Amino acid sequence: MSAARFRKTLLAVPWVWAALLFFLPLAIVVKISLAETAVGVPPYTALIDHGALRATLANYRDVFADSFYAGAYVSSVKIAGLATILAVLAGYPMAYAIARAPERRRGLLLLLVTLPFWTSLLIRIYAWIGLLRPGGVINAVLESVGLIDTPLQMINTTAAVCFGMVYAYLPFMVLPLYARLERLDPALVEAAGDLGATPWRAFLSVTLPLSLPGVMAGALLVFIPCVGEFVIPDLLGGPDTVMIGKVLWSEFFSSRDWPLSAALTVVMMAVLVIPVLAVQRTLGEEP
Amino acid sequence: MPAVIRIEGLTKRFGDVIALDAVSLDVAENEFLALLGPSGCGKTTLLRAIAGLETPDAGQILIDAVNQNGRAPYQRPVNMMFQSYALFPHMTVADNVAFGLRQDGLKGAALTDRVREALARVEMEALGTRKPQQLSGGQKQRVALARCLAKRPRALLLDEPLAALDKHLRERTQLELMTLREKLGIAFIVVTHDQDEAMGMATRVAVMDRGRILQTGAPRDLYDRPLNRAVAGFFGHMNIWDGAVTGTDSVACAAGTVRVADPLPREGAMVAVAVRPEQITLRGPENDVGSNQITGVIAEVVYGGTVSTYFVRHGEHRLRVVRQNGAGAAFRRGDTVTASWPAAAVRVLAP
Repeated sequence: MSAARFRKTLLAVPWVWAALLFFLPLAIVVKISLAETAVGVPPYTALIDHGALRATLANYRDVFADSFYAGAYVSSVKIAGLATILAVLAGYPMAYAIARAPERRRGLLLLLVTLPFWTSLLIRIYAWIGLLRPGGVINAVLESVGLIDTPLQMINTTAAVCFGMVYAYLPFMVLPLYARLERLDPALVEAAGDLGATPWRAFLSVTLPLSLPGVMAGALLVFIPCVGEFVIPDLLGGPDTVMIGKVLWSEFFSSRDWPLSAALTVVMMAVLVIPVLAVQRTLGEEP
Repeated sequence: MPAVIRIEGLTKRFGDVIALDAVSLDVAENEFLALLGPSGCGKTTLLRAIAGLETPDAGQILIDAVNQNGRAPYQRPVNMMFQSYALFPHMTVADNVAFGLRQDGLKGAALTDRVREALARVEMEALGTRKPQQLSGGQKQRVALARCLAKRPRALLLDEPLAALDKHLRERTQLELMTLREKLGIAFIVVTHDQDEAMGMATRVAVMDRGRILQTGAPRDLYDRPLNRAVAGFFGHMNIWDGAVTGTDSVACAAGTVRVADPLPREGAMVAVAVRPEQITLRGPENDVGSNQITGVIAEVVYGGTVSTYFVRHGEHRLRVVRQNGAGAAFRRGDTVTASWPAAAVRVLAP
């Protein structure tokens, strides 16, 4: 095989991957979203019936007509957005500290950041239930030292969902940010100091702007899965925590309305495409 | 000339490595000082310590008689041009130059005037709106220079300022730096590992090795009168023989008897004698064995345009001789020649 052909073959791999595992499933989801529910297996009508195209936009009409769905989208974006902001605030100092740590210790610190991944997310969120519930570890400690009389309601709140998301997705914030900060020439910050900038000014005018692409990349990696997150709101959330992932789940499994949940999914993807494109644009301007 | 920078007993350790070993040095207000030495000799650490980027373990740095210990880089009236130039990639050329001035609270017309003035000084005023990555290496160097000069520092610190430039640009920039310093009348301290660069630019050179200053002086003095082997070897080439003093003006060594014009230690003392390659003359072989001459066979001739370097084998030694091309008879590889040098050309070094 020639070098050029080898190169082409290699470059084709991600495209084949995306085609098989992203575009094809997406096409199936779109197809289902244009169908109607039916009793049977699968529980929706065929797109082409006896040679005639049978597509309907009724599901999309339902999605937009029912304010419940719109509310679920808005609340998902809000909670995921808040979690993303908190993840930036928590992740930036971590990434900065690791990037400034002695080189021989960085590997260990990065390992510690990714260590939670060695256990299943489900198990770890269950562990948080044990920590947060009324008779749980945190309440017990607070009660025993006399800080509180009655248990704090921490579990089944939107705050708990937000906290759980920050906990679960923090590594996705830290790693790209670390990669960016680690590549930053230390002479740039030294030069800023030499030119009269206090350390804080040097951070604000040199380190922070130059690390923004890392912040953006990390924010996307946290925000996108958080919007559609199901496990965390289901386990830590309360009755008033409405997120689109939970809605999807109940439409799919409880109502067995595959076409409607497919339409909800397609709309969610459209909602997510906007921030991705916005970030891609800012990253594209980078030197 | 008053000292703008005074360094007293400066010591800096990195773990077990002593980067600076009780270095003392005065820098005059109006001089172009080169810190010259091999990599790891401590020259960059010394420069960074003056800028405040390294904290010394002992000793002090005074700038205009004010002790700088405990003062951060942003509080010191000196500016440094980094080897990588360290231009801020997210700012335009003009914003890079304005950065330091903004820290001093300059705004509006006063700010733009100073930026324009600094860029004009390095002939870069037309490129103020460019980003650093749109500049050539030489242009980046000029912007970095302008960014420092805009601050009107008491002294300019330059870390290997010519290392990233190609040969032609290096010579031109060297001349420009010299002119610029004369115009500004402030001290330039330049770190370099290149002896030609140091000799060409500086009014004074401090040769460093292993955290110590071995010798300071005008380039000519260092070249003509090195105090020890390290300076002699680092600053150009020298033919060096170990020997013993045999009289008030003679040393016995592998080159026979060498007569010396410089004062010598007492008889029997061990010394090294050294002669610059260009101080040696070659002629046809002679049989009489006099002092300050040896006879040998030319082992190698390296042609170098205006001059050629000859290596004359004599016993175990290879004598290095530099001769003007076209002056006198040409010698070839394999010729037997007699090389001689005057007593005044012989330097006495510590053994």
